[in-house]
Amino acid sequence: MNHASHDGTEHPGTEQTGTIHNGTGKAVVFENVSLHFDELVVLDGLSFELEHGATKVLLGAAGSGKTTILKLTLGLLRPDGGRIFVLGQEVTAMRETELFELRRRIGMVFQESALFDSLSVEGNVAFRLLEEKVPEAEIHRRVLEALRFVELENTSTLFPAELSGGMRRRVAIARAIISNPEVLLYDSPTAGLDPVTSTTIVELLVKQRDEYKTSALLVTHRLQDAFTMATHRFGHEQNKMVLVPPGTNWDSKTSFLVLKDGKKIFEGSAAAIANSEDPYIREYMTA
Amino acid sequence: MLSWRGLANLFSQPRYLGDILQQMDTIGVGSLQIVVLTGFFTGAVLALQSANSLARFGALSFTGQLVSMSMVRELGPVLTSLMVAGRNASGMASELGSMQVTEQIDAMRALGTDPSRKLVTPRLTATMFMLFFLTILSDLVGLAGGSVIALLLLRLDLNEYWTSAWQTLRYADVFMGLIKPVLFGFIIATVGCYYGLSAKGGTQGVGRATTQAVVVASVLILAVDLFVTRLLMVLLGPL
Repeated sequence: MNHASHDGTEHPGTEQTGTIHNGTGKAVVFENVSLHFDELVVLDGLSFELEHGATKVLLGAAGSGKTTILKLTLGLLRPDGGRIFVLGQEVTAMRETELFELRRRIGMVFQESALFDSLSVEGNVAFRLLEEKVPEAEIHRRVLEALRFVELENTSTLFPAELSGGMRRRVAIARAIISNPEVLLYDSPTAGLDPVTSTTIVELLVKQRDEYKTSALLVTHRLQDAFTMATHRFGHEQNKMVLVPPGTNWDSKTSFLVLKDGKKIFEGSAAAIANSEDPYIREYMTA
Repeated sequence: MLSWRGLANLFSQPRYLGDILQQMDTIGVGSLQIVVLTGFFTGAVLALQSANSLARFGALSFTGQLVSMSMVRELGPVLTSLMVAGRNASGMASELGSMQVTEQIDAMRALGTDPSRKLVTPRLTATMFMLFFLTILSDLVGLAGGSVIALLLLRLDLNEYWTSAWQTLRYADVFMGLIKPVLFGFIIATVGCYYGLSAKGGTQGVGRATTQAVVVASVLILAVDLFVTRLLMVLLGPL
C-alpha cells in the first residue's frame, strides 16, 4: 500500500503502484492512473488521495498533466488504466449518463472561465439551479448570494464579453459554488491576472476552504498563490484572509503535489516542499 | 451515436422545451426570407424554362402541372433543404464549435448537463419540424412564382394554371415531397452538430468545421434524395 501522505514527508520518485482502497471516506482518490495521448504519456501510474475538507495544490510545468487530473476527476476524460473515486463513487466505472448526477456535487472553475457567452452573468451563475428546476425566487436569492461572495453583485445583467478577465474568473467561481459542492476543482484560477486580482481570487479560495470546508484540488503555476493558501486563514472579524503566525497550532489542510512528466515526484506540506532537496523542485521553486 | 442519442433524448426527461422553441424560431422563422425568395424564383424560372419546351409541342397549358410536380416532389424539398443547410448547418457548427474550443461544452458537462440533450436534441427536433413547414411554404411560393410568369409573360389564364397545378398532384406526390424535408432536417442538424462538437484548433478549427458541415450536409442531401426518391417510387408504385 502506498498511502499518499499529508505528513510533510517527501517522496521523490515515489513508488506509485499498488492499491490504496476503494475510495470510501475520501473526497478524491486516484489509484495508479495512467493516460496516454497517442505516443505522449500524460499520466503514468499516478496515485494520491484528497481528504474531505482538505485542499491539494497541484504543481508542475506546463504539460505535466495537472489540468488532465481535474478533467479525469470529473469524468470529462477517461484514463487508460487505474481507478478514480470521487465522493465514494468510482468515476472510472460510471457511464456518461450516470456521471451527470455526480458532477452536480462537484464544482469546477476552468482556466479560461468557460462562461456561456450567450448568457448573462446571472444566467451563468444560475445555470445549475435552472437545470434543477429550483423556484425562481430562490434562484435569484442564491445568485445574489454567490455574486456577493465574489463581490460582483452589481454585474448580474452584464454578459461575459463585458467583464474583465478577473471578473470572469470570479463569476466562474460563483457558478461553481452556487450549489454548495462537496468538491471544488480550480484550474489555474489566477493565470494571466494582475497581482491584485490574483490576491482577490486566492482570498476567495481561502474563504471557501475555511468557511464552507469544501475539499479542493487547485492547479496553479503561481507558487506564491499556493503558499498563500497554506499560510493564511480567512478571518471572520476582519472579513479578509490573514496570515497565520508561524508556530501557531493551526492546520490549513493544504498540501502540495508536484508532477513531472506525468509522475508524482513530491507530495507533502508547504514546509516540506520549501525545504526539499530535490533538484527539480528546487529549480521549480526558484524559477 | 450522436443522432441516435439526439432522438432518444426526446423520450426521456429532462426535455428542453424552451430551447426547442428558441431553435424553431432561429431555424424556422429565421430562414423564412431565404426560403420564400428561393421558392419564388425557382418556381418562376421553372415556368419560364418549361414553357419554352412545352410551347414546341403546343402544350403550354401544362405549365402549371409541370411547375407543380417539380416543386412539390423535388425542387421544393431539395432547394429549401440546401438553403437551410447553408444557413443553419453552418450556424450550428460555428456556434457549437465556438463552445467546444472555449471549453463551454466541458463546462456544461461539468455542471451536470448533457450537451446532447441540451444542445443537439433541440436543434434536431426544430430542424426536422420546421423544415417540413418551410418546404410547404416554398412549394406554395414556387407555384406563385410560376403563376406570375404564366400570367405576365406566357399570357396564360391564372385559373387554368392553378387548377392544373392542383389537380395533377396525388397523395403520393405530396407524401414524397413532405417525407424528404424531415429526412433532410435530420441530416442538416446531425451534420451541423457533429462538426461543431468535433471542432478542434481554435477559431481556425471552427471555420473548418463550419465549411465541412455545409459541404457534407449539402452533398448528403442530394445523395439521400436520389435513394429516397427511388425507394419511394418502388414503395408507392410508379408516380
